[in-house]
Amino acid sequence: MSENPFLIGDSLTGGYGTGADILHDCTVAVNKGEIAVIVGPNGAGKSTAMKAIFGMLTMRSGMVSIDGEDITNLSPQDRVAKGMAFVPQNQNIFTSLSVEENLEMGAFLRKDDITETMQQVFDLFPILKERRRQAAGELSGGQRQQVAVGRALMTQPKVLMLDEPTAGVSPIVMDELFDRIINVARTGISILMVEQNARQALEIADKGYVLVQGENRYTDTGTKLLADPEVRKSFLGG
Amino acid sequence: MDILHALIVLANFIIVPAIAYGSQIALGALGITLVAGVLRFSNFAAGETMAFGTMIVILVTWWFTALGLSIYPLPTALLALPFGIIGCTAIVLITDKFVYKFYRRAKSTSVVLVMASLGVTFIMNGLIRFIIGPGDQRFADGARFIIKARDFKTLTGYKEGLAIKVTQSITLVTAIIVVAALFWFLNKTRTGKSMRAYSDNEDLALLSGINPERVVTITWIIVAILATIAGTLYGLDKTFKPFTYFQLLLPMFAAVVVGGLGNPVGAIVGAFVIAFSEISFTYAYKKVLTYLLPADWAPTSLVQLLSTDYKFAVSFTILVLVLVFRPTGLFKGQST
Repeated sequence: MSENPFLIGDSLTGGYGTGADILHDCTVAVNKGEIAVIVGPNGAGKSTAMKAIFGMLTMRSGMVSIDGEDITNLSPQDRVAKGMAFVPQNQNIFTSLSVEENLEMGAFLRKDDITETMQQVFDLFPILKERRRQAAGELSGGQRQQVAVGRALMTQPKVLMLDEPTAGVSPIVMDELFDRIINVARTGISILMVEQNARQALEIADKGYVLVQGENRYTDTGTKLLADPEVRKSFLGG
Repeated sequence: MDILHALIVLANFIIVPAIAYGSQIALGALGITLVAGVLRFSNFAAGETMAFGTMIVILVTWWFTALGLSIYPLPTALLALPFGIIGCTAIVLITDKFVYKFYRRAKSTSVVLVMASLGVTFIMNGLIRFIIGPGDQRFADGARFIIKARDFKTLTGYKEGLAIKVTQSITLVTAIIVVAALFWFLNKTRTGKSMRAYSDNEDLALLSGINPERVVTITWIIVAILATIAGTLYGLDKTFKPFTYFQLLLPMFAAVVVGGLGNPVGAIVGAFVIAFSEISFTYAYKKVLTYLLPADWAPTSLVQLLSTDYKFAVSFTILVLVLVFRPTGLFKGQST
């Protein structure tokens, strides 16, 4: 792992409110311009780790920093201002607004001209340009996910966090989505992703984190994790 | 078969009044549907809000008349309208600050807010009766008719007259302007879009940096504008009496539910459905049928389905039918 990760959630311990701890000393990091993926069995704390890094949960201990700056005590809105963008798993678009209006809302906090950024999003996701005036709720599942990611990209983030972007999406669309995620990473944005489809996700990952019961079980590059017989046996079905 | 005369009678007693009434209900219903969409509760104080705004307009109208101001042939009340809007805005923002904000912070369910709005209704109603008295107030001055029934008959030579009141045409023109402005605001401005976004998905809107308090404030301001205009137009057309506006809640809510809760276009369509239904179901069709049917089939009775006392029963029935068979309304709003 490189010495200076761009975004790091370090030794996070905690859970939801006053309940039991879900994460135990969990560390997740992503380097600039790379793709880091969090995988693991159900209930392992993957989404919890993501939400903790975004600031939606208060951790008992641990720290989060971006580009060297400690942001542990910032609210999610303030973290957005620092360059983070978060795409939740569910209800991640404004269904009654058009595709274009969704993107405009994504850039709500920006005061400058957003036409160039919108053009970049349309270049990354051509189908959105085609359907820019259509209500977002009328699009198919995979297209809605593209709207959701496009919306997050409108803030020109430095880190894009995706919570199970391929949930409920057909295998072909899943491949297409992963292709687009790689394209986004190529523009220099770091990507931190939680995924259920471990095998496909690790194939595109520069760094993989396997969480089990809130702890780091395996941490390595995507390729090495795919090749590791232990990991394959436990999570990838041989 | 005298279709022309039948049409004139229909126009005079159903179509023209229903268009005016529908426009007034539409403006009030738009206010209710906005609150339902953005603030996520059914505002039972909507009628009293209309009454309060109208009351201020009346008081200022009296003052203007005493000063000798006039814009004949238009009613002086139109001059007083901006003052009524300001007064109404003040009262709704004060109400929000001292009543609804508390429950919003406590994340209370919609029902709690509805009950709170009922309390607001009683207080506002008492306040209005205290200030202006419980009696009838007629404050329409200026010309009464654009065209009188008698003049219509003289002009056209027909046996039936069509009267169009000045207030009815003001209502239609004002309603068109207000609705156009509202839709432009909601669809073309950044603030309007942020309100729609907040109404659509509150959590995502907060994540996008939309300021919830600002959205709430702007919503109440728009509600005050709509309510004052609707109440004034209704009061000009008919009369101002504090209790009447509470009764208007029923057709307004029926309009909102028919159109789909939270859907502005639906509120307008619903308003006209309700207005036309109320009037057509309680009209005596004897004259119209006499013109349309052959002479020996002409009816001897009034051919009135329901007496005009039952107007609100018509709205109520439509409301219940929609809730039972299609609760999301014509335009698929939120399910009540």
